[in-house]
Amino acid sequence: MQQRSRSFTRAWISPVITDRTQKSLLFVALATPFALLAYDIAGEIAVPGSRLGADPATAVVRELGSWAIRLLLATLAVSTVRRRLHLPRVMRFRRMIGLAAFCYACAHFLAYLWLLAGWDPGVVVSDLTERPYIVVGFSALVLLVPLAVTSTKGWRRRLGRRWLKLHRLVYVAMGLVLLHEFWLTKDGYAEPLLYLVIAAMLLMERLLADRWPLRRAV
Amino acid sequence: MLIRNPADIPPSEITSEQTFLNRRSVIRALGLGAAGSLLPVSGRADEAPVVEEPLTPESIVTGFNNFYEFGTNKGDPARYAHRLTTSPWKVRISGEAENTGEFDFEDVVRGFTPEERIYRFRCVEAWSMVVPWLGIPLSQVLTRFKPTSQAKFVEFTTLYRPAEMPGQKAIFSSIDWPYVEGLRMDEAMHPLTLMATGVYGKALPNQNGAPWRLVVPWKYGFKSIKSIVGIRFSRSQPVNTWHRIAPGEYGFYANVNPDVSHPRWSQARERRLPSTLAEPNWRATQPFNGYAAEVAQLYTSMDLARYY
Repeated sequence: MQQRSRSFTRAWISPVITDRTQKSLLFVALATPFALLAYDIAGEIAVPGSRLGADPATAVVRELGSWAIRLLLATLAVSTVRRRLHLPRVMRFRRMIGLAAFCYACAHFLAYLWLLAGWDPGVVVSDLTERPYIVVGFSALVLLVPLAVTSTKGWRRRLGRRWLKLHRLVYVAMGLVLLHEFWLTKDGYAEPLLYLVIAAMLLMERLLADRWPLRRAV
Repeated sequence: MLIRNPADIPPSEITSEQTFLNRRSVIRALGLGAAGSLLPVSGRADEAPVVEEPLTPESIVTGFNNFYEFGTNKGDPARYAHRLTTSPWKVRISGEAENTGEFDFEDVVRGFTPEERIYRFRCVEAWSMVVPWLGIPLSQVLTRFKPTSQAKFVEFTTLYRPAEMPGQKAIFSSIDWPYVEGLRMDEAMHPLTLMATGVYGKALPNQNGAPWRLVVPWKYGFKSIKSIVGIRFSRSQPVNTWHRIAPGEYGFYANVNPDVSHPRWSQARERRLPSTLAEPNWRATQPFNGYAAEVAQLYTSMDLARYY
């Protein structure tokens, strides 16, 4: 599959912007939510209450978590876009989007440690043992670690067919993340439901693609 | 004397306001103070414990609210509550009381002078505030309706008016409107329990539960039901809204208790607002939110881990 998409990539060369530029633009796009939040955090520290509301700690943690979910969904959407919109080139952006999702997830966890747990080991231990939604969210983050580590070309080559198998863990992580989101929502399920629907559609598309391979026959 | 049609004869015409307000001094002057166990206890401000901690700024008290009738974001109530019309405001009194029926809010509170009570306010989500409420001891309000000896609990209901409360139209909500809360009768008659009609020296803003809302300072904030249109005296324990949604997470009593954790939030500590990134303002949560001396005796024989 990878072989094939590479050959498609070679055949479809953008006449205007180079690959490098496209990746740079994507990097900027992926970093933008973080930059905006960093700007708000700086403003909030300078003038408390000015940018992130009355409970800035929760606001920062939730914002980073939301972007981790959105980018995880975006990562899963890449191969769907390739199949359904016949855009083989998009595959080269998947690693960057996936790593961005992982970075937001790590930042989300660090923000929790700093702002909600206050670096208190006792609080972290009790949260990680007693609060199911934190256990679930943390498990998802742990699952993403080997995927991030083995996302390089070298690891991909070394692992061969096993790489694909390993990276199926992303579906487990996605499920845990959705559970995490639903569990921490008291009421107002519109946003978690939207994520759930998107995840379900992406999954469905894969099942259909397996049964009626669109591009594989080409 | 039974008053079956309160619209014709408001309580204020039977007992003059002054006599009503002074009834406790009369009782005291007669040396009958000990009869207080049978009567609603006086809620004079000088009896309420003094909170020494700094007040949470007004902008936060009126801008950071859980009032899901207007949306689930903390800023939604301040954003949308201006749509709510609070005049006229009817209050329906029902159940085990002599003086039941539908009353005008103005008539219900006529004759009372709101007093200031500075209370800690602890949300189940592990944040807290210190709020200068203006209000009337609930016991004084309830006494007007002459609850009978059958009244063991009081149930409160929030307004249901989707046209003015966008959160009540939300499709993906698990709340079965209207919002309902309840207290045991002795909790309701406790001198700390307040019907707030104002905050920060002004009439209650809509987002804080205009025209009046309950304030029970030793319980988690969700007990302090807002924009009340119904008060029902009942024999059996009411089913409060959050308990109905998630009985494993929210109890009927909901007393602030650092030793009983909510599945989502440790209740051992709280972030006192204003909480900033540089200074989160963590503090240890106190049993009964620091009002144990006043209210712990209400629960002496109860297992508070079971009746959370």
